[in-house]
Amino acid sequence: MDKRVTFKGWLLPLCLIAPQVFISAVFFFYPAGKAIWQSLFIPDPFGLSSQYVGLGNFEFLLSDPFYRQSFITTAIFSTLVTLASMVPALFLAVLADRLIKGAGVYRTLLIWPYAIAPAIAGLLWLFMFNTRVGVVAWYLGKLGYDWNHVLNGGEAMGLVVVASAWGRISYNFLFFFAALQAVPKSVIEAAAIDGARFWRRFFTIVLPLLSPVAFFLLVVNIVYAFFETFGVIHTITAGGPQQSTTILVYKVFSDGFVGQDLGSSAAQSVILLVLVGLLTVIQFKYIEKKVHY
Amino acid sequence: MTPKTLGVFLAGTAILSPFAATAQTEVLFWHAFTGRLGELLAEQVDSFNASQDTYVVVQSHKGNYSETLNAGIAAFRAGEQPHILQVFEVGTATMMAAEGAIVPVYDLMETTGAEFDPTAYVGAVAGYYTTSDGRMLSLPYNSSTPVLWVNRDALSAAGIDPDVDLTTWDQVGTVLDQLAEAGSTCPMTTSWQSWIHLENLSAYHNVLFATKENGFGGLDTELSVNGPVQVAHIQAMGDWAQEGKFIYAGRRNEGGANFRAGECALFTESSAGYAGINAEAEFEFDVRPLPYWASVDGAPQNTIIGGASLWALEGHEADEYAGVAAFFNFLSSTDVQAKYHQDTGYLPITAAAGEATREAGFYEENPGTDVAVIQMTTNEPTGNSKGLRLGSFDQIRGIIDEELEAVWAGDKTAQEALDSAKARGDQLLRRFEQANG
Repeated sequence: MDKRVTFKGWLLPLCLIAPQVFISAVFFFYPAGKAIWQSLFIPDPFGLSSQYVGLGNFEFLLSDPFYRQSFITTAIFSTLVTLASMVPALFLAVLADRLIKGAGVYRTLLIWPYAIAPAIAGLLWLFMFNTRVGVVAWYLGKLGYDWNHVLNGGEAMGLVVVASAWGRISYNFLFFFAALQAVPKSVIEAAAIDGARFWRRFFTIVLPLLSPVAFFLLVVNIVYAFFETFGVIHTITAGGPQQSTTILVYKVFSDGFVGQDLGSSAAQSVILLVLVGLLTVIQFKYIEKKVHY
Repeated sequence: MTPKTLGVFLAGTAILSPFAATAQTEVLFWHAFTGRLGELLAEQVDSFNASQDTYVVVQSHKGNYSETLNAGIAAFRAGEQPHILQVFEVGTATMMAAEGAIVPVYDLMETTGAEFDPTAYVGAVAGYYTTSDGRMLSLPYNSSTPVLWVNRDALSAAGIDPDVDLTTWDQVGTVLDQLAEAGSTCPMTTSWQSWIHLENLSAYHNVLFATKENGFGGLDTELSVNGPVQVAHIQAMGDWAQEGKFIYAGRRNEGGANFRAGECALFTESSAGYAGINAEAEFEFDVRPLPYWASVDGAPQNTIIGGASLWALEGHEADEYAGVAAFFNFLSSTDVQAKYHQDTGYLPITAAAGEATREAGFYEENPGTDVAVIQMTTNEPTGNSKGLRLGSFDQIRGIIDEELEAVWAGDKTAQEALDSAKARGDQLLRRFEQANG
């Protein structure tokens, strides 16, 4: 049953994909190529001279135990951010979906945090958990818990995860909510008549139907955790204490833009590029098989 | 922008425009100052512009120190660099190595034929920005040095004489014990741990922070932060941290908030903290010289500076450089410099400015404001205490911060942490040597 529509000739299809190819070339292939080229050199910051080192930058990085540790930190961080932003979003979407009155108000309120820039969100959470003046830290102190993310790596990680995931919950909520609305009511009603209770209906009918959206969000959120969270980390912990919140992309930023080490920074970008490419391939190859469209 | 400042701004442009028509030479000055410091800088620029009509300096703010340096570097790569760039002291080696991007001050003064007497500058300040053979590379602008701030009320409350001698770390240790016993939640805190407790500690005890005269002698320098003096000090601090006598607040100047709120009794911080502490502290405070370990021979030597200097960048016309030289000389003139020293708490860059401040009776009216000056200038700097010149220094400080945090948290001993800091820092120094060799 081949329903494929084919074009006659080449000109029209080429014209149609040209804008997409052009955008990819300018914003992806050119910078990525430049990064690969730069990763083979140790340049001085002013661009006055450059030493060709071959794969020297990669050797330097991969022989550094702190850099290797950063992979583990990144894995923990992105897993936690993805979970912490998707699970509550789904929960909230399910609740909002069951509302009969005022759904619009809840929806709007739940979307607000998405409008806040990561660095600002970072500052807000930092103020709340400030070890001296933070509201939350103060209440924790009252309960006998001595909050100190400045020295405690686990607490610092928790804080950057929450601050990164918070705004993201809204984004995920939107998608889940829209997907829930698209679940056919007739199927749910049929199950209800057969005596299936809410949670049973949710796990056997709704969740499988949500899987395409959930898969999309999984990919998008992992990319977010990998690339877009450095503003939060920069404002809250700057990678510390010790290196407990130094994720890969933060190290790219700090080595390149604070340390002026452009060679190492470019090599790290290339490693990150390969890593995310691999992750996406794995996601599409294995996880997507479990997704029902 | 409020209507009032907008009005002033419009009036200002209206006044300036006829001058522009007579083709004054424009000199661009990029800096990292905001708030009060930004206002004072603008004031200096305005009075320079008003003092003559050949040149006009145009100042613009480019973010914090790191961002300003980045903006300067990016602009240079694009051929749009300003004439003058404010660079913090840790960026000195980066700038110095960039031959072809910078015009050293001695060279600038020579080629423009401007008046220039290198001996007029305070050695302990200018030395940081001067080559081993005495040639000044950049003009020191804002320089400070770490001192010990004391909350006198907190000492009294703990039953300690507020005039207690805090000259040495042993004496400080005793006072910390007493404070802890009296139930203080924060006997001592610090800002800028690497700058104060390793870089300055080394200079103050006349030991090297890095080989080759702290990097002044060449790019093939290695860290020597794991020497016995540094290890002993960091171990003592680590022990105090474990006992709750030293409270770590963060890598930058986060501890300042704790001290200014009256929570902490002792605070090691830059002498330039004066303005903030004076404005906010609702308690009696005083300034003491940074403590030292009496058991170390040669201590106290002198402390070193932190802050920023002004670099002239390559790629402009000769008459514009004459304007840069004139502006640098204006900043170094005694009146301007003395006023800046008194307004900000930064160290005077010329001996004459310090002298003028003393004669005006400023130190008597504001006790403690001369502690930093005395601490820096009592002894002639040695090869160990002229300053630091290390490539990738910003990142090396980051590494030191990480390792020190491991000590404060009790995860590592001082020896382990400093050995690791040396090994990791040396790798970055080798890369910098490779990039600039």
